[in-house]
Amino acid sequence: MANDYSPNLFLAVFVFLALGFALTPLILSNLWSRFFSPAKPGQDKNAVYECGLESKGDAWIQFRSDYYLYAIIFLIFDVETIFLFPFATAFLDLSFGAFLAMMVFLLLLVEGLVWAWRKGVLTWR
Amino acid sequence: MAQRSFDLEVTVIDEGLRSELSKSGIFTTTLESIYNWGRKNSVWPLQFGLACCAIEMIAASMARFDLARFGAEVFRPSPRQADLMIVAGTVTKKMAPQVVRLYNQMPEPKYVIAMGACAISGGPFKQGYNVLKGIDRYIPVDVHIPGCPPRPEALLHAFITLQQKIDKQVMSGPNRARHFDPDEPSEFPVPEFGERDLVPAKNPRLWRPPVVLREA
Repeated sequence: MANDYSPNLFLAVFVFLALGFALTPLILSNLWSRFFSPAKPGQDKNAVYECGLESKGDAWIQFRSDYYLYAIIFLIFDVETIFLFPFATAFLDLSFGAFLAMMVFLLLLVEGLVWAWRKGVLTWR
Repeated sequence: MAQRSFDLEVTVIDEGLRSELSKSGIFTTTLESIYNWGRKNSVWPLQFGLACCAIEMIAASMARFDLARFGAEVFRPSPRQADLMIVAGTVTKKMAPQVVRLYNQMPEPKYVIAMGACAISGGPFKQGYNVLKGIDRYIPVDVHIPGCPPRPEALLHAFITLQQKIDKQVMSGPNRARHFDPDEPSEFPVPEFGERDLVPAKNPRLWRPPVVLREA
C-alpha cells in the first residue's frame, strides 16, 4: 500500500491551530462585549496619547534642515570606514582601474570633509 | 447602531438543585462564575509607581513574594491593557490629574488598590500644601491598604481581597457590577490646577467628608 500522505499536511494543521489560537479569544471577547458589556467611550479613553499627560501641539513637526551636516559627517567618517576595510584587505590583488575608482570615491569624500572643515562644522562652539 | 438594552435576565440555578446534581455527578456552573473566575485570576496591574510604596510593589512582584501566584504578574506599561491600578505612593497635587487621566484611559472592568497611608489619606504628608489627601477623592477605590509602606504581604492580602470582590460581582440585577451598568460612568472628571488648589477639590459623587460625631 502506497504511503501517499503529504508531509505538508501537518503544516496546514499547525497553521490552522495557530490561527484558531489567535483568533478564538478575539472573537469570544468581541461577542462578549457585544452581548453583555456596554461600551463606554470617552474623551480620555479615546485619546491617542496614553501616558497620563495631555498631548500638546501637532504631530506633524518639522525637523531642522541643519541636520544634513550630521548626515555628511556620518557619511565621511562612518560609511567610508566600511569601504576602506575591504579595500585594504584586497589592496594587493586589485587592478589599476579598481584602485583608481576607489581613489575617486575617497577623493569625493575628502572633498566633503574639506568643505565641512572650511565651513567650521568641526570646531566645537 | 441600535440602542441595546443591557438589562439582562439571568436565571440563577437553585442551590438545592445544584447540590443534588453534584451528588449524582453532574457539575453545573454559570456563565457569571466562569467569567469572574477568569477575571480574578488574570488581573493585570498598571506598571505605575509613585513613591516608596512602589518599591514594596516591585518586591511583591518578584520571586520572594511572587505576585504571579495570583495571576497578576503581567504589569502593563499601557493603561489600555491594564485591569488594576495600584496607586503606590504619595499623590501630589501635581500628579493627581495624570493619575485620574490614566484611570480614565483604562478599559472596563477596572479596579483600584490604594496602597499605603499616602494614597489613602495623604499619610505623613497630609498637612503638606501640595499633597492630595487620598486618591479616593477622584477615583473609586476598591481596596485600601494602610501602612507606611505596607509590606508585600499586605499588598498580597489586598490582591486576595480584590479577587474575592471580583468573584462576588454579579452581571445582572440592581446590584450588578459597575461595568455592566450603561448609566454608570467609566471616566471621572480630571481635576485642573486652580489658583490655590485642584479644581474641583474632590468628586462629590465619590467622596464626602467624614462626619465627625462628638459627644455632647
